[in-house]
Order: sequence, then C-alpha cells, then structure tokens
Amino acid sequence: MPDQPIVQFDNVSVQFDSLVALRDCSFTMRAGETRVILGAAGAGKTVLLKTTLGLYRPSAGRLLVFGEDVTRLPEKEWYDIRSKMGVLFQEGGLFDSLTIEENVSYPLINQRVARLDPHRDAAVIEERVRESLRFVELEHTLGKFPSELSGGMRRRVGIARAVVTSPPLELYDSPTAGLDPITANNIVSLIVKERDSRNTATMMVTHRYQDGQLMANFRYNPGKGRLEKASENGSGAPPIRTVFMVLNDGRVVFEGSQAELESSQDSYLKKFVRQE
Amino acid sequence: MLASKVWESGALLDFLKTPIQSLQDFVILGGRTFANLFRRPHYADDIAIQMDIIGVGSLPIVLLTGFFSGAVMGLQMSRALSTYGATGQVGNIVSITLVRELGPVLTALLVAGRNASGMASELGSMKVTEQIDAMRALGTDPVQKLVKPRLIATCFVLPLLTIIADFVGMFGGWVIAATILQLASTQYWSSAWRALSYSDIAQGLLKPFAFAIIISLVGCFYGMRTTGGTQGVGRSTTQAVVVASVWIFVTTFFITRIFVSI
Ligand SMILES: Nc1ncnc2c1ncn2[C@@H]1O[C@H](COP(=O)(O)OP(=O)(O)OP(=O)(O)O)[C@@H](O)[C@H]1O
Ligand SMILES: [Mg+2]
Repeated sequence: MPDQPIVQFDNVSVQFDSLVALRDCSFTMRAGETRVILGAAGAGKTVLLKTTLGLYRPSAGRLLVFGEDVTRLPEKEWYDIRSKMGVLFQEGGLFDSLTIEENVSYPLINQRVARLDPHRDAAVIEERVRESLRFVELEHTLGKFPSELSGGMRRRVGIARAVVTSPPLELYDSPTAGLDPITANNIVSLIVKERDSRNTATMMVTHRYQDGQLMANFRYNPGKGRLEKASENGSGAPPIRTVFMVLNDGRVVFEGSQAELESSQDSYLKKFVRQE
Repeated sequence: MLASKVWESGALLDFLKTPIQSLQDFVILGGRTFANLFRRPHYADDIAIQMDIIGVGSLPIVLLTGFFSGAVMGLQMSRALSTYGATGQVGNIVSITLVRELGPVLTALLVAGRNASGMASELGSMKVTEQIDAMRALGTDPVQKLVKPRLIATCFVLPLLTIIADFVGMFGGWVIAATILQLASTQYWSSAWRALSYSDIAQGLLKPFAFAIIISLVGCFYGMRTTGGTQGVGRSTTQAVVVASVWIFVTTFFITRIFVSI
C-alpha cells in the first residue's frame, strides 16, 4: 500500500528542561518514500529521528507511526512498533562487548516480531546474520569485536544490523559523517540498494548534500549489481519519491523536492545545496 | 531585601530544582528496577558476570583492608583498655565494632570505589555511544538488561564480602592480641563471640544489603544520565563514587539509630 502515511508529525515539540530541541514540527512520510533530512549541527535532526523511534517523547503535538497514535504510548508497547524500524545511530550504537555476529543477531533475538530463540533457531539466525553481513560485504568479520574494525566497517555493520529484520522503515542518522568520499559513497550505495531491493521507506539524516542527490536520482540495478541513474533504466520503474527536509533550530524550514530546494533563494537553504 | 530579590529571581528555586529533580529521577529508576525485579527476562548470564566482577574482583582488597582494620583497632583499643587494666576485653571491642559498623561500611566504601565507579563509567560510555538507545530500539529494556543484574549481583555479593571482612578483621585483631598483648587465643575468641548479640548480626547484615542497593543504583543512575561525551563519563564516575559514599554514611547513621533505640 503506497501512499499510506507511516510517520506523521502534527505540531510535535520536544523539550529537554529549558531547551526546545524540536518546535512545532509537522510532516507526513508515506510508505515507499525517501526522506533526506538536512540541517546545521544542533538543528534537531537526531532528536527528530529518536522521537520517531519513541526514544524521546513529544512534549506537545501528536505523533502517529504506522497509523497508530503513539504520542502517549507507554514504553512497553513501543517495543512492538520499534521492531518495524531499522536504525543506524550517529555514534554507531554497536555493543562493544559483543561480537559482530552477536551485534547483528541482537534484533533477531530480542525484538518482539522476530523473537527467535538463540538455541532452537540457531541455524535460522546464523543464516540471516550471514546474509545481512554479506549484504554489506563483511561476512568475514563475524567473530570480531567492533573495536577491531575501521570506522567505515563499523558503519556497515550498523547497516547490517538495521536491515537484518527487513523492517518496512529504515532510519539512518548521518551514515556518512567522518568518512572519506569513497567510503561515504559506498555507504549510500548500500542504503539505496536496501531501499530498492525491498522498497523500504527510508529516512536519512545527512550533512552531505551529495548523499541526498544519490538517494534521489539513483536506483540499484540488481542485474548489474550497482547503482545507475534512475532515468537510464527507463524500464518503467516507478520514479523515486524523494522528499528533502531542512531543519533549522528545531523547526522544519523546508520540505519539498530536490528541484524546489535547489531553486530556493533562502540563504540558509542555499548553504546546503551548493557543494557539487 | 537581598533575600527577597534572590527569591523573586527564582535563583533559590533553581538552585534547589536540580538536586530535587535528580532525586526524583533516581527514585523513578529505583522504582522501575524493583518493579521489574521478578519480571522476566532475568539475564542470568549478566548477573553471574557482575557477581564475578564485584565479588571475586573485590576480594583481595577486602581481605587486605579487613585484616588491617581489625589489627589497627586491636592496637588502638589495647592502649585505651590498658589504662583500665582491661586489655582482656580487646576481642569484645574488635568484634562489636567490626560487625556492627566497620566491616559493613569499609567494605561498602571499597566496593563503591571499585564498582559504583565501574558501573557509572561502563553505562556512561554506553550512553554516549548510543548503545543504550540501541538497546531500547532493538527490543531490550536497559533497566532489565543493565540495572537489574547489577542490583541483584551487588545485593548478593556485598553481604558475603562483609562477612569475610568481619572474619578477617577479627583475625587481624587476634594477631595483635596474641603477639603484642600476649593474650591467650581462647580468651580473645571467646570474648569476641560472647560480645555479639543477634541484633548485632542483624544490623551487620542489613547494612551491607542497604549499601548494595545504594551502590548499584547510584552507579547505574549516574551512568545512564551521562551526557557530554567522554568528558561526561569521567564526571559521572566521580559523582557516582562521591554520592554513593556519602549515602553510605547517612544510611549507616539511620540504621544504627534504629537499632540503638530498640
Ligand atoms: N538527551 C538530550 N538532553 C538534552 N539536550 C539534548 C539531548 N539530545 C539533544 N539535545 C539538544 O537538542 C539539540 C538538537 O540536538 P540534535 O542531536 O538533534 O542535533 P543534530 O541536528 O543531530 O546535530 P548534529 O548534526 O551535530 O548531529 C541540541 O541543542 C542538543 O544539545
Ligand atoms: Mg545528530
């Protein structure tokens, strides 16, 4: 069911003591949509993502996720909803006391939807963990610890963990921050690949406008095993529905298409667009 | 005049707001931990690991400090008692002070220094690297997975460590009594045993239990509210040790007060 709203913010504000991190945010994200979130440091991008995950509670407004009003949902019931989302945290969030294999299998064992038993379903778990790590080309790191991997590899393990349960919504927080351009492009390619192989709704926070451009204009071609310009594969694939959203000081200051963003005369918005 | 200005500006209230807010958050964390105490899942592995870290890890320093605190008390008391010609009572005094007060408090302070700080720094680094967020996002309750095992392990291990410290301390007192005071061993041990009443033992076991709750909850609390990167982890660690130690002294005062009056 495309077009069905899966995340809906209605005038949501999030407050920490005296600091208002999100003010009156409203937007609707639909199934199959790609949403690229830009904004300066401290603009509230991470808070917005974590509010979607139910890690922070709105202090005002209404939040709907997968059609359900979750504004006042008790923590216990959030666990079911969170199992329909995959997430890559800005700081990684890999458990450094667990091996890569244990990290990637964590949602399979602990999330309500999958709830596989580590002993009974060991074979299923191992197969899905391997598949997920193969997806990010890190199958050989199974027994290693996160501290033994490079920054880019850790990011990829984070993606493997986010996609292992095949959730309908993926949240990525600054997946390319602090990486060299080549590794950064590889990471975005993985995100596009995941989006296009399962038509996953994707919300991505980023500091690099190129990431948004890649997301908006490229598709994964499973035949060739690489990305190509969306217009080139012409074979009637549906256009990518990409929405750009810009935050400034906790407010949504822009929501629209790439063309609209690029033609904007606003000085704050212009800062994000330039940098080919 | 000045006071009213301070009051109006809300400065005084702001000054009080932070500690009251912290206390409230602390009580909420404690409440959630106890509410989940008998609720599954129990993460037995984590409890065992924590028992090993706290119990086995603290044993050497508990043995050392226990021994020397008993010995030093034997020395101090022998001087005081000799003025009354009552050096024979040294076993009596050493065992009462150890079991009632010194054993529980010293052990708890050592464990606070080692483990409240350890918990705060471990949970603190998990907090700043978003591992605690990841836990919640991936289907586990950090209170169940992190706080509960630490609370259970500490409550189980600290009384045991205290009993060990008590015995080693009495042994330390005996070494002094036998070597320096030339007291007969039977005299020392029988006066040490006779001195203890059931209420002493009850108080000597209740205290470590209460201290265990303080140490584990304070350590976890400061860890889980860490902000501000690696620097914040250091700050939480220090706060956890200081706050846990102060609360140990406050609590021992009130427990003693109750036992003195009954
Ligand atoms: N847990 C928290 N407690 C208090 N304040 C917070 C918390 N999390 C975020 N903030 C504050 O909310 C504001 C928005 O933070 P946020 O992390 O969302 O920024 P961001 O847009 O993700 O920035 P960056 O690009 O640097 O990651 C900041 O001022 C931050 O200090
Ligand atoms: Mg951020």
